[in-house]
Amino acid sequence: MSISEKTPLAQEPALVVDDVVKRFGRGTEIVTAVDHMSFSVKQGEFVSVIGPSGCGKSTLFNIIGGLLSDYEGAVKIGEERISAPHPAVGMVFQEESTFPWRTVIDNVAFPLELQGVPKSERMDRAHHFIDMVGLASFENAFPSQLSGGMKQRVSIARTLVSQPKILLMDEPFAALDEQTRLLLGDKITQIQQELNQTTLLITHNLTEAVQLSDRIVVMTYRPGQVKRIVDINLPRPRTSDVVGSDAFGHYVAEIWNDLREEASRGMADSESAASRRAAHG
Amino acid sequence: MAETFLRRRTPELFGMATLVVCVLVFEALIRGGVVNRYIIPPPSDILLAFERVIVEENILARCRDTAFEMLVAGGASVLVGVPIGVLLYRSALWRRAMEDWIGALAAAPIVLAFPLFLVLFGRSPKTIIVMGFVHGLAPIILKTVEGLASTRPVLINVGRSLKMTSSQMFWKILLPSAMPIIFTGIRLSWTFVLITIVGIEYLINLGGVGQLINELAERYDLPGTYAGICFVILVSVLFFLALERVESWLQPGR
Ligand SMILES: Nc1ncnc2c1ncn2[C@@H]1O[C@H](COP(=O)(O)OP(=O)(O)OP(=O)(O)O)[C@@H](O)[C@H]1O
Ligand SMILES: [Mg+2]
Repeated sequence: MSISEKTPLAQEPALVVDDVVKRFGRGTEIVTAVDHMSFSVKQGEFVSVIGPSGCGKSTLFNIIGGLLSDYEGAVKIGEERISAPHPAVGMVFQEESTFPWRTVIDNVAFPLELQGVPKSERMDRAHHFIDMVGLASFENAFPSQLSGGMKQRVSIARTLVSQPKILLMDEPFAALDEQTRLLLGDKITQIQQELNQTTLLITHNLTEAVQLSDRIVVMTYRPGQVKRIVDINLPRPRTSDVVGSDAFGHYVAEIWNDLREEASRGMADSESAASRRAAHG
Repeated sequence: MAETFLRRRTPELFGMATLVVCVLVFEALIRGGVVNRYIIPPPSDILLAFERVIVEENILARCRDTAFEMLVAGGASVLVGVPIGVLLYRSALWRRAMEDWIGALAAAPIVLAFPLFLVLFGRSPKTIIVMGFVHGLAPIILKTVEGLASTRPVLINVGRSLKMTSSQMFWKILLPSAMPIIFTGIRLSWTFVLITIVGIEYLINLGGVGQLINELAERYDLPGTYAGICFVILVSVLFFLALERVESWLQPGR
């Protein structure tokens, strides 16, 4: 998994989402959360999926992560259709997911413990990633002693520590303030470039998506479809400084145009639901 | 130093002070004739009776017997209750079939069935231990199931995404996550166990502190009786302090 192992097939898609459909419920209560979505992520590429709340992002994340095996179409890693968690994939969840009974360092070292990595080595590796997410002085703290954003950083470090070939993240920065978000974004970019990690980031944050991605998949609101795929041709290596550039502003404006429509549909949807409830109530 | 020590110990000191004040109030009420001293002896008499029950009635040995029964019965209900809880959690069918029965068992006044147990196990500590055990079982089973079932789904998903085996999942995620609720079950259970054990000792006039309290009460030695009750509280406090230790050792950071 070191840099020297870089695959020669750098342009091969590492992850293919092919005509994926997922419906919940039955009868008249059916919700189509993901509707015929197709896109692919190349080896070493950073792709973001952006869409308004409730459009089916987490559902897609769970399908790709192999946690929802009952879906139509195919998610493929290599030749394999995903129907269970794949060892090459590391996941960072949207909800807080630290283990409250373990210290920060024991949380982060957890995946290595499962792999049977000797204690001193796993502590070293965990230490490295804790440092990277800026929690070095909290190694021996318990999650109950941390803020929400700090806990989320522990989860990120816990996923990074096993250096997965494909990194899947579901709104990992949602609980962070803008400054931390930008700086942590830099760290993630840096790791991703170092390890040539294929990354799929689920987000509803435009700045974050443009700052980090090579490509952005814009989703529609209900049913969740691919509205557009935007290539982000900002230079690499890239840091959060890019946020000030004209090109950056241009991309943000362009994608916001697409997103506004979907977001307002989402808003209208929940407003009408609320007024229906009010009328009934 | 002294100041921070005081501040840290404030709750304990406050608790002690409250106790002392209550005792003094009772003393005053009884001495003043407001409360009949033949129903409640003055605390000072109870205090004086301590020496007598220790030296003449050998209450410490009685406490040891009661504590031993408590340890065996309480320990057995943990060792048997937790695995049963795990089984019920694993099998939805069993769980639906059994949960109501176990709930009923938890609420049933099993103490009243002591004649049956006497027939089965004879007039021996065995009867006392078995009854304590049976009484302590239900809360542990129920709380174990509840604890395991309330594991946050996202933690289970973390485990699945790391491709954990089901035994790793149990030992490293489900059980630690359920631990606080299981301990609530143990605390409930041990309360039942101690009540049952002392109660049965009293009822069948056998063994530990319960029997001694029975004898003292028969002799109408009220200060002695109340001193005996103080020793029961002492045993209970010791058990719960030990349990607290084990709990904070098993699950730091909570
Ligand atoms: N297990 C489920 N059962 C039924 N419906 C579900 C289930 N999971 C998700 N849904 C529905 O699917 C839709 C998409 O949900 P999803 O969680 O994927 O949205 P999201 O894009 O991640 O939203 P957010 O940005 O708020 O996290 C929602 O309408 C939701 O109600
Ligand atoms: Mg989501």
